[in-house]
Amino acid sequence: MDHNHNENLLLKPNRPVGISGYGAYVPRYRLPASEVARIWTDSQGSLPIKEKSVPGLDEDVATMSIEAARNAMQRAGVPPSRVRAVWVGSESHPYAVKPTSTLVAEAIGAVPNVQAADWQFACKAGTEAMVAAIGFVGSGMADYALAIGMDTAQGRPGDALEYTAGAGGAAFLLGPAEDSLAVIEATYSYVTDTPDFWRRPYAKYPEHGQRFTGEPAYFTHIIEAGNALMQATHTTAQDYQYAVFHQPNTKFPQRAAQMLGFQKEQIQTGLLVPLIGNTYAGAAIIGLTAILDIAQPGDRILMVSFGSGAGSDAFALTVTDAIRERRDRAPHTQEYIARRTQIDYAQYARMRGKLVMK
Amino acid sequence: MEISRHWRLRKQRYGLMGEICPHCEAKLFPPRDICPECGGEAKTLYQFSGKGEVYSYTTIYEPPAGYEENAPYTVALVKLDEGPIVTAQLTDLGEEQVQIGTPVEMVTRRLRQDGDERGMIIYGYKFRPVGLGPH
Ligand SMILES: [Zn+2]
Repeated sequence: MDHNHNENLLLKPNRPVGISGYGAYVPRYRLPASEVARIWTDSQGSLPIKEKSVPGLDEDVATMSIEAARNAMQRAGVPPSRVRAVWVGSESHPYAVKPTSTLVAEAIGAVPNVQAADWQFACKAGTEAMVAAIGFVGSGMADYALAIGMDTAQGRPGDALEYTAGAGGAAFLLGPAEDSLAVIEATYSYVTDTPDFWRRPYAKYPEHGQRFTGEPAYFTHIIEAGNALMQATHTTAQDYQYAVFHQPNTKFPQRAAQMLGFQKEQIQTGLLVPLIGNTYAGAAIIGLTAILDIAQPGDRILMVSFGSGAGSDAFALTVTDAIRERRDRAPHTQEYIARRTQIDYAQYARMRGKLVMK
Repeated sequence: MEISRHWRLRKQRYGLMGEICPHCEAKLFPPRDICPECGGEAKTLYQFSGKGEVYSYTTIYEPPAGYEENAPYTVALVKLDEGPIVTAQLTDLGEEQVQIGTPVEMVTRRLRQDGDERGMIIYGYKFRPVGLGPH
């Protein structure tokens, strides 16, 4: 289809926009995939990752978003009163009705002159919020907007998702390109109605369309979005130092990268799923934070998220000189990953509310 | 039900928002509008850094109503860098040993829920050992 490869498909604001600050968060507890296998499969079969991150008893998407947001604000060095939007994307908001974003905005001191809303689009809720923030800043309506993707996802006990459903995410303060540590050159989104994964109201655990999750959902949307963005920006995989994709397990992003022409070395830095699990709305973007922690000015980065339902947001970024002085103002993503307390399945069952108390 | 009280305290609870005395520059937490040092009126908001150290601590095995889900947990008197001492839970302790003098930093966490799972969730400050990032 010709129109898919038209330069006009690119999303580009009138005023150039970039990332002024970024911040990651990963809880400290880790459940090895071998623990899940010990309980449910007698330790038979291969494991999709090494271990996943588990939130503490006093953590949820709101508290985790607050810490990531504080890290982003510290890196940006922007007074909170200048943040005109706080948008949180997640599929595990603590309330069904009552925004996570108002709590985050209050905690970082961004109230009351602020837009606040929670976004929902499975694993791409965070990047959807980023695209909206680019539009908000790029139109000149605001100078700074905070977009967050954060999740504490749950898999049904014994289900394939229980091995990988992790906790974590990242926050990005979008601002004018001249005050950014990475300029967003363009974005492109590819969306269809595809029933690969869902959760009905009041259901604690999600359902998934088994084989439907691979080809027609994850791969189609990521490859279409990634290819269209590269063609419209006249770039190829060789032009990027780094690439990062949504990562529900270790194999999917590796294969998507290969299909788009990327080498192993280009995706290694952002491939965090083996050590923290699938952080859903946080998965692609926390990979981006790990890349920004080590990238050099001038480096180009391709990021493609994926959200079930389904869609992908693709971003082309170029790192600026400001990365050098800003990245050490807050904890690096690898520091959060190294801060690690291993738990067993019993502790996990307690921490994730799987014990019946009454 | 004490929703109005939770709402009034949100700024100090979420982010350690206190006050500074315009007369003698003493920093106040919790905010009380009257300076305990000089007795003058002190209503200027002051954002505490969240850094401090453990002044004293104890582990709770028999928690009061509303905190059962977190037991056992450690409560500390934390001496903030700016001077005041606050009482708060310690969190994210992992295998690290808490000691008097352990440097800690503020994080915002779930404190408890009001009643059962239908009630509002109450968030507020806790402290964890310093160990990440620039310090
Ligand atoms: Zn005074």
